[in-house]
Amino acid sequence: MKFDTPATRNPIDQLKVVGKATDRIEGPLKTSGQAPYAYEQHEAVKHQAYGVMVGSTIAKGRIANIDLAEAKAAPGVLAIVTAANAGKLGKGKYNAAHLLAGPQVQHYHQAVALVVAETFEQARAAAQCVKVDYEATKGEFDLASVRDQGVEPKDEMPDVRHGDFAAAFAAAPVQFDQTYTTPDQSHAMMEPHSTLAAWQGDQLTLWTSNQMVAWSVGDIAATLGLPKEKVRLISPYIGGGFGGKLFIRADAILAALGARLAGRPVKVALTRPQVANNTTHRPATIQRIRMGATADGKLTAIAHEGWSGNLAEGKVELAAQPSQLLYAAENRLVSMRLAPLDLPEGNAMRAPGETPGLMVLEIAMDEMAEKLKLDPIQFRILNDTQVDPVKTERPFSQRHLIECLQTGAERFGWDKRNAQPGSRREGRWLIGMGVAAAIRNNLLVKSGARVRLERNGKITVETDMTDIGTGSYTIIAQTAAEMMGVGLEEVVVHLGDSSFPVSSGSGGQFGGNCSTAGVYAACVKLREAVAAKLGMSQGEAEFIDGHVRLGSKSLPLRNAAQDAALEAEDSIEFGDLAKQYQQSTFGAHFAEVAVDAATGEVRVRRMLAVCSAGRILNPKSARSQVIGAMTMGVGAALMEELAVDKRLGFFVNHDLAGYEVPVHADIPHQEVIFLDETDPVSSPMKAKGVGELGICGVSAAVANAIYNATGARVREYPVTLDKIMGALPEMV
Amino acid sequence: MKAFDYSRADSPAAAAALAAQFEGARFIAGGTNLLDLMKLDIETPQHLIDVNHLGLDQIDATPDGGLRIGALVRNTDLAADARVRKDYALLSRALLAGASGQLRNMATTAGNLLQRTRCPYFYDTAQACNKRKPGSGCAAIGGVSRQLGIIGVSAACIATHPSDMAIALRALDAQVETISADGSTRSIAMADFHQLPGDTPHVETSLAPGELITAVALPPPVGGTHVYHKVRDRASYAFALVSVGLILQKDGGGRIAVGGIAPKPWRVEAAEALLPQGAKAVSTRLLDGATPTQDNQFKVTLVERTLASVLAQARDDA
Repeated sequence: MKFDTPATRNPIDQLKVVGKATDRIEGPLKTSGQAPYAYEQHEAVKHQAYGVMVGSTIAKGRIANIDLAEAKAAPGVLAIVTAANAGKLGKGKYNAAHLLAGPQVQHYHQAVALVVAETFEQARAAAQCVKVDYEATKGEFDLASVRDQGVEPKDEMPDVRHGDFAAAFAAAPVQFDQTYTTPDQSHAMMEPHSTLAAWQGDQLTLWTSNQMVAWSVGDIAATLGLPKEKVRLISPYIGGGFGGKLFIRADAILAALGARLAGRPVKVALTRPQVANNTTHRPATIQRIRMGATADGKLTAIAHEGWSGNLAEGKVELAAQPSQLLYAAENRLVSMRLAPLDLPEGNAMRAPGETPGLMVLEIAMDEMAEKLKLDPIQFRILNDTQVDPVKTERPFSQRHLIECLQTGAERFGWDKRNAQPGSRREGRWLIGMGVAAAIRNNLLVKSGARVRLERNGKITVETDMTDIGTGSYTIIAQTAAEMMGVGLEEVVVHLGDSSFPVSSGSGGQFGGNCSTAGVYAACVKLREAVAAKLGMSQGEAEFIDGHVRLGSKSLPLRNAAQDAALEAEDSIEFGDLAKQYQQSTFGAHFAEVAVDAATGEVRVRRMLAVCSAGRILNPKSARSQVIGAMTMGVGAALMEELAVDKRLGFFVNHDLAGYEVPVHADIPHQEVIFLDETDPVSSPMKAKGVGELGICGVSAAVANAIYNATGARVREYPVTLDKIMGALPEMV
Repeated sequence: MKAFDYSRADSPAAAAALAAQFEGARFIAGGTNLLDLMKLDIETPQHLIDVNHLGLDQIDATPDGGLRIGALVRNTDLAADARVRKDYALLSRALLAGASGQLRNMATTAGNLLQRTRCPYFYDTAQACNKRKPGSGCAAIGGVSRQLGIIGVSAACIATHPSDMAIALRALDAQVETISADGSTRSIAMADFHQLPGDTPHVETSLAPGELITAVALPPPVGGTHVYHKVRDRASYAFALVSVGLILQKDGGGRIAVGGIAPKPWRVEAAEALLPQGAKAVSTRLLDGATPTQDNQFKVTLVERTLASVLAQARDDA
């Protein structure tokens, strides 16, 4: 199905199942331990052996020698994979560094070997016996020191130069110029990267934990030199991804190589420390914001320039991106520069670009509002734009940022905020409020599905879409139930298998809208097949309450499959509506913090998000997505930082004791409001995404609240107490 | 993890004797730290002696009016004990500031004292660490050191001792009771129990090889107002940047022990004498000779400010 004109009324609009707050249909399996994650696929194949990865202990250089004698002699060892016996390996389209080092080492904890043994304990003990001699070479590990070597990432984000920024900035009555930093961050998902691999002849099957099944089939085939048809990837349950599992990682390739060498199925899970340095992370940024405004607060010039670093074939972090669209200004400069670094590979993490970009831009807006003596909400409203500020002929499909801000202000009690920092105290606590705007673009990706009316009247949906904890199973079931006119309990959903039709996958908050639109398309075809079978093709049959109706005729849906199951497959393909309209989601985040006047400890007291994101398919799981994202935003604001050892070139705090993320005690009352809206330009579902919108701007709202509480304007994330203490009252 | 032998002792004396019999033996109680370290190849004992069944899990009143806490009393039970909560509130509060409920259910009194540092370079076996591998150097010096020590450290090691419980025990002048392989017993003052690193950071306590902790004895209650404030980057389940344990008496005198800054609970009696002059005077004396890194320089100020806050709180509570 081609989607190239805005949606009109369709069966989804009935909202009998879609749009209802619905428990996860796979929830009971998960809470009773019956949903097998990759490492728990004990029943999938027999004779599974265990692989443990050995990671490089230098950041850059080459392997001079690997001594495997002791490891080979260790109890239970079946095989040891190194570059010497792995055969020729290619590199996946989505990987920057090789997944197995040798002889070159490109980053710390890059895989050097995989030890396969009968038991996990034996494999781990033997892995600790692998002795590697390295010749280390000097690397670059400090973004600040290499930023001047940064180059324009022309393929990813060419510079945006609109009007004449320099002249407008110079002429502006009120000017603002500050530089900020955001640190490297880890996805820190609950389930580490894990894979079980089994060969049957030249056919490889991988049970893994991966967000993008089709991409990853391609990259496994490319890396191992196999035809794609020889690779099957199964990823039904995923214990969190946040972008860290968009790509294949060493667990998948090493499990495949280990299984080939050992002649047995092999399972591999990365250890927690390996997740930090072996896989990907959100890259650190330096960002400079300049703004020029009239005395009454109209922005005339915006410049957002950013720097990030990566390995040679790695990508830039598009932190400056939100400044292309968020605020009006006739003169604009938006640019990123990518500098060479030898840290582990930087790549996508929840709302890549927007997250670090808004962490910075939305502090700058707070600072500029203060300079202009305007309320920060008023300042944002004053500079709203209903069209793409660079291509002004291009409207937003929907843009309700002002409503988000105003609704939130009223609900949160923004009028009780005192603009004077440090003016509200409760006992030992200094109290402050902060706000930030959120924008995250609505990406559209082709997505397919197969639906089947079974002989027993049940509906089966198959698509390689993944559920990374987001609730995909449930919204797909809701979509199929709505389209086929049956209850949710009549629908069975199978996901995450490369033998199913290719979907959008889970990334960029596009999965919810696109994968359900794909199911919609397949259901439209199935409805046609059912109508034909029941002799109701001559008009627009209705599918309601398990029946198909046309005029006065009504037949049970299951009658269409009484002889044989009926199956239909289709994809949603998006036309050029994204060119005609700028499609984005918007939000407003509010935070109230208490800061210990003595120690600078920050406790977030309450938070509110107001989201404008099209139709909300399942308010329950959408809310879960947003509060989870808000939590991640608190982590980014207050504590999350992969600490770089700039001499040795690695992330030092590579476990969950060192890399702190919020715990329950850090997360207070959270409230989420979804504006009641639909966006017919987005898809037949009229939905967009919320999973990334929920984090966009949160950290800045917290940082702005800390400023309001204390007067400490911290421009280097995370906002830890050592950066606040200097602004706190004298102790007596 | 290396393969190891396992045995169970049926008395404290037998446990100590077993330890003397096996080179490199370690006692195991709750295992909340030791097992992690074994999995990471940081601790590689050939032999584990399980001491969980020695009956050392009671809290008893002592004839002098104090308490004797069995080495195997779990942190959860110790924190919840009515006598501890009433007369040694600092201990209860320090315990509850540490770890998580699940860990406290397993962790024991003796094990808590013997836990190893959380220095990230100690945890990464690829990095130089004099504590883990004597003579290999210290990668933490000149590296990422925000969490690490500012006083009592040496050119060989800047790690801290992570225990909250030990801070309270130091302020309470607890005694650590032990038994050795030959059956002899002794009592070690908390002040002397943990060792400064000097040139031998791998030597962390004054225990002799194979010597088993049987109990921790608390002297009779000293009264006063007890406050424990643990400052950290998140609200729970994190190691201290700085923690301050305070017992403040009505006459203005008191005791102060500080965590998160040194290889042992940091208490300077001469600093306590300055309490009437306020937090700044105490803090300055307490941290006399401190050698912070650029990363953890802030702890100097944080100690002073936390102490001031804790003193104010104690005066309010009194």
